[in-house]
Amino acid sequence: MHGDPNLYDFWPYRDRPKITWPGGKKVAFWVAPNIEFYELDPPGNPSRKPWGRPHPDVVPYSARDWGNRVGHWRIMDVMDECGVRGSVSLSVAMLDHHPEIIRACVDRDWEFFSHGIYNTRYSYGMTEAQERAVIEDSIKSVRDATGQRIRGYLAPALTHTERTLDLLAEYDFWYSCDLFQDDQPQPLKVKGDKRLISMPYSLEVNDVITYGVYHQSPRAYADTLMRHFDQLLEEGAETGTVMCIPLHAYLVSHPHRIGPFRDALRYITGHRDDVWVTTAKDIAEFYLANHYDQTLADIQARGCARAGTGFNPAPAESAEGAR
Amino acid sequence: MSILPDSYLTYPHRHAGPDHGHYPAAPLPGRPPIRLPGDLSLGLWVVVPLEFFPLNPSGQPFKAPGAMQTPYPDLRHYTTRDYGNRVGAYRLLKLFGKLGLKVTFAVQGAVAERYPALVRDVVADGHDICAHGWDTDSLHHSALTAEREQHYIQRTLEAVTAVTGQRPDGWISPARAEGFQTPARLAAAGIRWFADWAHDDLPTAFHTEAGDLTALPLSNELDDWQILIAHARPEQELVAQVSDAADWLLAEARAQSSPRLLTLTVRPYVCGLPYRVKALEDSLRGVLTRPGCGGVRPGDLTSG
Repeated sequence: MHGDPNLYDFWPYRDRPKITWPGGKKVAFWVAPNIEFYELDPPGNPSRKPWGRPHPDVVPYSARDWGNRVGHWRIMDVMDECGVRGSVSLSVAMLDHHPEIIRACVDRDWEFFSHGIYNTRYSYGMTEAQERAVIEDSIKSVRDATGQRIRGYLAPALTHTERTLDLLAEYDFWYSCDLFQDDQPQPLKVKGDKRLISMPYSLEVNDVITYGVYHQSPRAYADTLMRHFDQLLEEGAETGTVMCIPLHAYLVSHPHRIGPFRDALRYITGHRDDVWVTTAKDIAEFYLANHYDQTLADIQARGCARAGTGFNPAPAESAEGAR
Repeated sequence: MSILPDSYLTYPHRHAGPDHGHYPAAPLPGRPPIRLPGDLSLGLWVVVPLEFFPLNPSGQPFKAPGAMQTPYPDLRHYTTRDYGNRVGAYRLLKLFGKLGLKVTFAVQGAVAERYPALVRDVVADGHDICAHGWDTDSLHHSALTAEREQHYIQRTLEAVTAVTGQRPDGWISPARAEGFQTPARLAAAGIRWFADWAHDDLPTAFHTEAGDLTALPLSNELDDWQILIAHARPEQELVAQVSDAADWLLAEARAQSSPRLLTLTVRPYVCGLPYRVKALEDSLRGVLTRPGCGGVRPGDLTSG
């Protein structure tokens, strides 16, 4: 175990080289509907219990199924109205369980990225072969069902191993949504020559945290989203920022919540002169082509670059970095 | 960290539809519309649990929401909950009378046995009764023997029937907790509808090996415990959230030519408090005064 994951270098949020998004936009804005499957009676993982109560924990289970019967369709209506294409954080087994939802996403030209196979199968304790199997299953299953080559990853239920990000790079992923250290993309320090970046996702404006942890009211959530956006827009004049709204149909789509959410989405997408309303993959592609090298050079020039890769510090640093 | 067996990556239910046999996948849009009495666009179904919280709960297999918290004897929580059955419930009955709203009281067997007068007053006011298990410490879960669970069900139905003279055909489990066999055992006991699952906004057929039940929708989020206690929001937000829900559901009902249901659980020991009951009144009145909205009951939802 390590005290510092060494997945990225410190990079002060001042005087960074300017990012200008396509069309001179200041904020790259994307929405990540989590389209997930939680199993009624999943196998146990010693590191995490899937459900709070003994199986079957019918209320939270069925509430998530409600998302797949009722909720996603409401999110789609709202996103259609606001002209937002989703970047889907996909429990890959949803391809099998609910092809009708996948079809609706494909019809809308939404992007898919992998969020594991089920959100009740955790990466903790996986061998390298098992973790590779999950990644290979994700790539193949999404390609077979939709023709898309997935380029992004959000570990299932945000469960990781020390090798997750190295494997993503090896399998030609472009971005990871697993890290929350910045409001801009940043190169990740992975093994090999491949380029992998961290894509700003969010816990703070993620409806799971809003409703599950902060216990905000729906109108307060809408207000939070708009203020979060206003600030990133202001800062985006200096250098381009990224705003993501991660959503879970089983939370945000309830009839007492979706209306205020729609108000916030209308507000944000009403600023199209300044906002690049896009997908995570398009942000990653643009960043890799235009700003990846610039970022690395700036980190180097500031003397912030440290040797080694994720969970693999350079020998001289490992003595103090290891625990 | 221990190593996971390779069986952790086998997925026996990875096929179309849910990972159980109770109902098939069915997206809400495009579902055949339900028909509500008086051709309502939005039906308001209010559920009021009448619960008994023993002073000495076992807490097995978990402590029900609202159960005792402090070391024995937790008179603070016992009497706070009992307040609901003595005072809060009557405050709610008065409010429903004022609004002309008929609701469903979910009655636990222990309440029927201990407070038959309350149950008779509910019936006399014209409200519906459904069974709500024996008490909040008699939870249904998979480790119960068949005999034990059947005993919970029968004892509850008999206690309620003894007071009302009518055997309940509807059921909500204490804490909405079930074992894998609970729905089949309810069906076998003659229950026709239940409202433990939160998988839909409309009634759905729910298959069990002992016959089909109707699963009535009952929001797990638009709920006085969830908003006022678990989320600790002020009362005005209950009013706002019910209002926003009504707006959304009415618009959806009209856009899709398919009536919708607004379901709301209110507890006598939560909404029946003096400082909260007006907020509940504002919430309900706000829904009921919208054109096309009115109260509905299980009988309106299970006939189709």
